Amino acid sequence: MRCTLTFRALVTAALLAWGSAGAYTLEEFQFESPAQEQQFRDLIGKLRCLVCQNESLAGSQAELAQDLREEVYRMMQEGKGKEEIIEFLVARYGDFVLYQPPIKPSTYLLWFGPFLLVGVGGFLLLRALQRKKREPEPDLTGAERARIEQLLTQPLTKPGTPPGDAQKRSS
Amino acid sequence: MARSKTSYLIPLGIFIALAALLFYGLKLDPRKVPSPLVGKPVPTFELESLLEPGKTINSDILKGRMSLVNVWASWCPSCRQEHAELIRIARQSDVQMVGFNWKDERPAALEMLRRYGNPYVLSVFDPDNKAGIDWGVYGAPETFVVDAEGIIRHKRIGPIDRKVWEEEILPVIEQYRTKG
Repeated sequence: MRCTLTFRALVTAALLAWGSAGAYTLEEFQFESPAQEQQFRDLIGKLRCLVCQNESLAGSQAELAQDLREEVYRMMQEGKGKEEIIEFLVARYGDFVLYQPPIKPSTYLLWFGPFLLVGVGGFLLLRALQRKKREPEPDLTGAERARIEQLLTQPLTKPGTPPGDAQKRSS
Repeated sequence: MARSKTSYLIPLGIFIALAALLFYGLKLDPRKVPSPLVGKPVPTFELESLLEPGKTINSDILKGRMSLVNVWASWCPSCRQEHAELIRIARQSDVQMVGFNWKDERPAALEMLRRYGNPYVLSVFDPDNKAGIDWGVYGAPETFVVDAEGIIRHKRIGPIDRKVWEEEILPVIEQYRTKG
């Protein structure tokens, strides 16, 4: 119980510190319909913040992200469509603003490389298996056969007996 | 077995090649995002002058001369770091140095120019990232090389020092100067 209380106090303190540092929230963006709000959230979730590169525009606290959120919001209010907004940002910041890179010649390797690798691996595996089928292992020599017979007919070692001892006894 | 002994070296070779590739990748800076604006005309802007409040400066100033557009702010330590080099370039080179003061406050920006010198022929003031978004600016400092026809020829992300100037920026300027 104490633990959770301390934890709660810590979280509260952290939130207060955060708040005083001037955190950005999505509250300030007002929409006419929930559908529109959903579209806004989808859109900023798909766009990358260029400052904190592993954060989306939706999650980033960087100032640039706020500027771009405002820009996206403004364009939506102007009635611009999703494609138009994405095009606007790509024209300025490059494909890098998209979390999902577009499929084009320079990204073919990225998109299809893994399939290519699996294909090559599968091909090599099949070939190796077929070769094994075509060229079976060479027959055993008489001495090897005798050794197998000996091992198979030998009684099982008692539990607790070290295998080394069994080896010694049989040879 | 039909396989030669050396065929067992193939996986080792693949491993070394992959390791070399990944090692090379470690040295790349993911913060340097190539700009799609290189090779395109400058995005037009109309911004207030930093030094003369109320006076507007528009993108036409970039026509007719080879220019460097340097995006900076007083809150940015790397901008202070490159400042002396910018002053040296402004003094020794004939390129037009344009200051693009970005997401800054006017008094702080003016204070920095007063204290460390002003390398810029002209300074535009963009406190709200109005034109910055059009230019694809995502941090400071950034420097654009713009040729006499107003086409962006290069974008430098990060501070400029003597080496960057001589090896990265000057060659671009020389290359496009002959055409303009």
